[in-house]
Amino acid sequence: MQLVCPAGNLPSLKAAVDEGASAVYIGFKDDTNARHFAGLNFDDKKIQQGIAYARERNVEVYLALNTYPQTASWDRWKTAVDHAGELGVDAMIIADIGVMEYARQRWPDMNLHLSVQGSATSYKAIELYQKHFGIRRVVLPRVLSLQQVKQVAEHTDVGIEVFGFGSLCIMVEGRCLLSSYVTGESPNTYGACSPAHAVQWVEHPGGDMETRLNGLLVDRYEPFENVGYPTICKGRFNVAGNTYHALEEPTSLNTLELLPQLMSAGVEAIKIEGRQRSPAYVSQVTRIWRAAISSCMNNTEDFFVRGDWLYELEKVSEGTQTTLGAYHRPWQ
Amino acid sequence: MKISVAPISYFWPRDQVFSFYEEIEASAADIVYLGETICAKRRQLKTSDWIDLAKRLSDAGKQVVLSTLALNVSESDLKRLDKICNNSDFLVEANDMSAIALLEGRAFVSGHSVNVYNANTLSWLAARGLCRWVLPVELGEQALSDILAQGPQHIESEVLVFGRLPLAYSARCYTARAHNLQKDQCGFRCLDYPQGMLLDTQESQSFLVLNGIQTQSAATCNLLSKLNVMERMGVDVARVEPQPEGTGEVLQIARNMLNGDLSEAEMESLITAYASEGMCDGYWRGDAGYLHQATGR
Repeated sequence: MQLVCPAGNLPSLKAAVDEGASAVYIGFKDDTNARHFAGLNFDDKKIQQGIAYARERNVEVYLALNTYPQTASWDRWKTAVDHAGELGVDAMIIADIGVMEYARQRWPDMNLHLSVQGSATSYKAIELYQKHFGIRRVVLPRVLSLQQVKQVAEHTDVGIEVFGFGSLCIMVEGRCLLSSYVTGESPNTYGACSPAHAVQWVEHPGGDMETRLNGLLVDRYEPFENVGYPTICKGRFNVAGNTYHALEEPTSLNTLELLPQLMSAGVEAIKIEGRQRSPAYVSQVTRIWRAAISSCMNNTEDFFVRGDWLYELEKVSEGTQTTLGAYHRPWQ
Repeated sequence: MKISVAPISYFWPRDQVFSFYEEIEASAADIVYLGETICAKRRQLKTSDWIDLAKRLSDAGKQVVLSTLALNVSESDLKRLDKICNNSDFLVEANDMSAIALLEGRAFVSGHSVNVYNANTLSWLAARGLCRWVLPVELGEQALSDILAQGPQHIESEVLVFGRLPLAYSARCYTARAHNLQKDQCGFRCLDYPQGMLLDTQESQSFLVLNGIQTQSAATCNLLSKLNVMERMGVDVARVEPQPEGTGEVLQIARNMLNGDLSEAEMESLITAYASEGMCDGYWRGDAGYLHQATGR
């Protein structure tokens, strides 16, 4: 089982490689990828250094081209695909059908992965991409239960990659417009959810805090509460007279305890979320997941989640709590 | 330009669905989309009931399209999808890539939850059988006009012009969550909310609507004043979302706008009655979806 780790910059890439990633995924410095944040991602020089560093240590490099170009900006994605091809990355992670078609025609030998943003939630959808574009892997949206992941894996020979850890999208990826409804920019169109320029942190006398997105109140915090980044799905709102996390609490996905089942289901790769996080996060999470995967591969039946793993992972989790998300049916 | 009625996004009792389509039978709509697109557990009508309804509306002169779930995740979802896609009488609206996989080689429509963001994607789908596509709701006039200019010319285009915006889908049911229930034990609470559950900010600003696993805008997207612009651009179909009350009236207003029988000001004064939580049109202008030009919101 492969461990696919996030790298928002060269130090993170090195951290992931050093701590046991099988592959790292990165993006260019523009809106062709879904972590389009200032100060993040790779320019030409850094990308070449990164690829060289990973190659020397037998680690693969995937390039995320997982946003949706519009007709007027099409050439930017075309250029990005060609650039990735020239760099010789090990795979391109693509969401848009037009981009996928172009990449396949222009780079016939390139490994293509269907991004989670492609929103393929069934083996029928995966078959379509396999038939036309020869995709080698699909990243499954975080809407499937463990049982449903197994079913998908049983019915396809495309490699399955699932999210193991990190910030949790609770809406089916690639089809969530909450961010653009409030800010005009979404992961699909801009490469970011709750873009930083629309975020406001307002502190009141007495220590209360508010988080706003383009002026809209996402949450209010008392002085003793952890203040979270204002993604709409993690805010507190009023529904039928109650104020609560109407969609989801600030929490991270953590599927360590499902590793034996994911492995026996034939899942080929575990993805760690977090290109926007620090090299320290990447290092910590990669180290623990590598240890867990090795332990599980050595002895699947007696695998158990060590307390120190959980303790360390919770420290870097959103809201310092974790969930199994949709894998666990009662969460739904 | 034709006018269509989107599939009912809410969970209404069986009788209400039948009486709604009696109203639609006599309405100004040319095209009617039928079927459950949100939640596989909503089975007041079986697939065969929808097909019966389709025949009746078809006999009354409407073009009928059968719509599929936006999120297909289980074996039973795929079975139901297969049954709809393999019906021999009606065109099908694919709302995810699973449906497109099953419909490839036949004429089909892609709904707003299929990501057509550029002319290249549209061309690829056209080569698989696509005959009409619905603009993803976060795209606006500029993106649409570029796709129409550079995409294949024989494909019909459709735009949502009146209704709450479909913004997201999840594995989780938020209506069940609002009642401290799990999805598998939801007790069909959606039946109690014929227009979904309103979600407000802590400043009492109406914001979203929870509709089972779907999240909608609370504000109603109103592009009725753009109908003539759309017609000139070459848009073929204007889509209206069903509501428990007044859908027939909204369809008539749309028809009157298209015929030039209503001024924009007359339309605006009539239409507010059908948008209880206010209106929005920001996406059309390439801006945040919730914004509304006329009220300066």
